[in-house]
Amino acid sequence: MLLSMIKKSFVEKKKYFTENELSEIAAIAQSSPGAIAINMTALAGYRVMGIAGAIVSAVSAVIPPLIIIAVVSVFYDYIRDNQIVAAALKGMEAGVAAVIVDVVINMYRTVLQRKDAFLSMIVPIAFVLNFVLGINVMFVIPGCIAASLIVMLISKRAGGRGQ
Amino acid sequence: MILWELFYQFFKIGLFSFGGGYAVIPLIREQIVFANGWLSSLEFTDMITISQMTPGPIAVNTSTFTGFRIASIPGSMAATMGCIIPGFIIAVLLYLFFSKHKDNKIVFRILESLKSISVALIASAAGTILLGSILGTETLDFSSMKIEFISLAIFVISFILLRLKKSPMLVICISGGLGILAYGIFGLPA
Repeated sequence: MLLSMIKKSFVEKKKYFTENELSEIAAIAQSSPGAIAINMTALAGYRVMGIAGAIVSAVSAVIPPLIIIAVVSVFYDYIRDNQIVAAALKGMEAGVAAVIVDVVINMYRTVLQRKDAFLSMIVPIAFVLNFVLGINVMFVIPGCIAASLIVMLISKRAGGRGQ
Repeated sequence: MILWELFYQFFKIGLFSFGGGYAVIPLIREQIVFANGWLSSLEFTDMITISQMTPGPIAVNTSTFTGFRIASIPGSMAATMGCIIPGFIIAVLLYLFFSKHKDNKIVFRILESLKSISVALIASAAGTILLGSILGTETLDFSSMKIEFISLAIFVISFILLRLKKSPMLVICISGGLGILAYGIFGLPA
């Protein structure tokens, strides 16, 4: 969605950068933490005008959702007590749960496509650690990364010896 | 000071949420709902629902909502800035780094691992929402579980629609409509 909008205005209309550069920007934005959309606009801005461009782009991208949610927040308390709204939200809760389960299935499928045993196994392991055993995310993330790097180095060494 | 505290907590969330979109949800649940108690579980789920229905990234929407609940407009700005700054800095640094080292094995492996881990953490958040929605509990405590059949039915219908490639936006609207209908007839659970 955002990608196609950036492509249209930055690549096709203004010709600030090429489509190849845009796909590079998209990949890096996805690899960085936080909101991909914001990272992507920041990098597009960076590519055009350096750090000033990045700041201007990121701030402009944040302003519309910030205003919309601020307005929603103001009315939240009033509408939450309404019976019809409560019933709709209760129904949507189940709908949102389904959306997230669906997202997880699709994301896990792309992980499996890498055909890397450890990267596939890490998903159920990290899930059990966090959800079933209740271990804090701040420990799960560095722990799994360390394990993953160790596995890579060991398999590389084993592979190297075999050659 | 509360504004600094908001900025700092969301900075951590922004720093550790790899994978985009739903990746911020598990960290917000842990830091904002469980560790700091800034939002109740109900508000947390409402907020995700609202984020689904409004434009803009979930990360920005959730940090704005939480910040606003805690400290009004300055709070929403502090939380949102905190949430986007780590990604901003890391994205720019990675861009510079990758322009130089196109294929560093270790960096690549870390990024790949992060993608896998984020799938697990999102599944974990889905688990929490499912427990709250269908079993009326927040933890894996089997004694307090009580199956809410209406929510279960709405979940199943929504899931089938999604697998049939209906858009999430449409499915959430339908689930809201079903909620009004079903709870209008049978009443809301206590």
